[in-house]
Amino acid sequence: ATSFSEQTEWMLKVRDARDRTAFASLFDHFAPRLRGMLMKNGFGAAQADDVIQDVMLSVWRKASSFNPERAEVSGWIFQIARNRQIDVIRKERRPMPEDLAMPESTDIDGEQVLGIEQEVQKLRSAIARLTPDQRDLVQKAYLGELTHSEIQAETGLPLGTIKSRIRLGLERLRFEMKGER
Amino acid sequence: MTDIAHHIPDALLASYVAGSLARPFAMVVAAHVSICEECRANLAAHETVGGALLHDFEPISVSDDLRDRVLGHLDDPFLAEPARPHGNPTYPAPVVEALGDKPPRWRSLGPGAKQCILEAGKAGSVRLLHIAPGFAVPDHTHGGLELTLVLQGAFTDETGRFGRGDLEVADDDLEHTPIAEQGMPCICLAATDAPLKFSSFMPRLLQPLFQI
Ligand SMILES: [Zn+2]
Ligand SMILES: [Zn+2]
Repeated sequence: ATSFSEQTEWMLKVRDARDRTAFASLFDHFAPRLRGMLMKNGFGAAQADDVIQDVMLSVWRKASSFNPERAEVSGWIFQIARNRQIDVIRKERRPMPEDLAMPESTDIDGEQVLGIEQEVQKLRSAIARLTPDQRDLVQKAYLGELTHSEIQAETGLPLGTIKSRIRLGLERLRFEMKGER
Repeated sequence: MTDIAHHIPDALLASYVAGSLARPFAMVVAAHVSICEECRANLAAHETVGGALLHDFEPISVSDDLRDRVLGHLDDPFLAEPARPHGNPTYPAPVVEALGDKPPRWRSLGPGAKQCILEAGKAGSVRLLHIAPGFAVPDHTHGGLELTLVLQGAFTDETGRFGRGDLEVADDDLEHTPIAEQGMPCICLAATDAPLKFSSFMPRLLQPLFQI
């Protein structure tokens, strides 16, 4: 069998087998990181704990919509966390794009999943190579502390290759949906 | 879907992912992504950046109490989120949602132009514009950012041609006169963060009346 990252394996066990041990592993991995992110974002300890609880329970409850061919676990959880933070800070729901249907079959295209994981590794090392100032700016941008005009379109991050990899996942989904009709 | 030529710039997508984009613009971004595969993939790429950052945050330990609390809630019954409406061939899902699943109620904006305001507030406004073929969107300049997404028909202005799915990004420098093409009326979803200033077409006195 192919070997995905631990996080992907845990998430798939949660999604497909409602595996509590795997969920506890996800919690142990992500909850402290979420806490780091929330405190950096100005949340107090108690408020951060409430958000972590909501986010991790959403991970459990919405697991069926996780698709490793289109998203990587950290990114998927990041998005849930941002949405929850916006709910808490602005008391409003962000308009969301129409959901795409999930593929009927649960077969996983391992090559595609590994491809996304490789892109994520590249992205992480690119972030690690940023100067402290640059990294600070990128963090501020993705934590909602910059306006769109303050965000420099050119962050120096290799987004192009990730974009095309994720696109492959979408194309595969479209192909499957056509096949069903 | 493959004919879309004008997409969402990266800075706007990153800002949407971060949640810092004001609601009216977030609605336009969500509407475009609903019908554009390329921007859907780009949006996911920006979420991946967020994930990479999350992964790298200095972990701060959480209490056993929180861990027990979360694990103890796994069997709780919970309300599934209500099903969200689907988009239709004209209006993408976020617009159908904003319309409350009803057809738009149009109000006249002068000759050949109608609007239906979806939301207006301190953060700006977002509306549907309905422009008859050959007519112009009232001539205006912007106080800030303006996003215009074409949902039906097409318009052209000083910067180019915009058809179904195309997004025009205009800032305060741009003074433009979008004119609807012959054929179907042009329907757009337009968001602004500041009141539009009309340069000539309509007396400024009328602005409060039209909320534009
Ligand atoms: Zn696009
Ligand atoms: Zn304009």
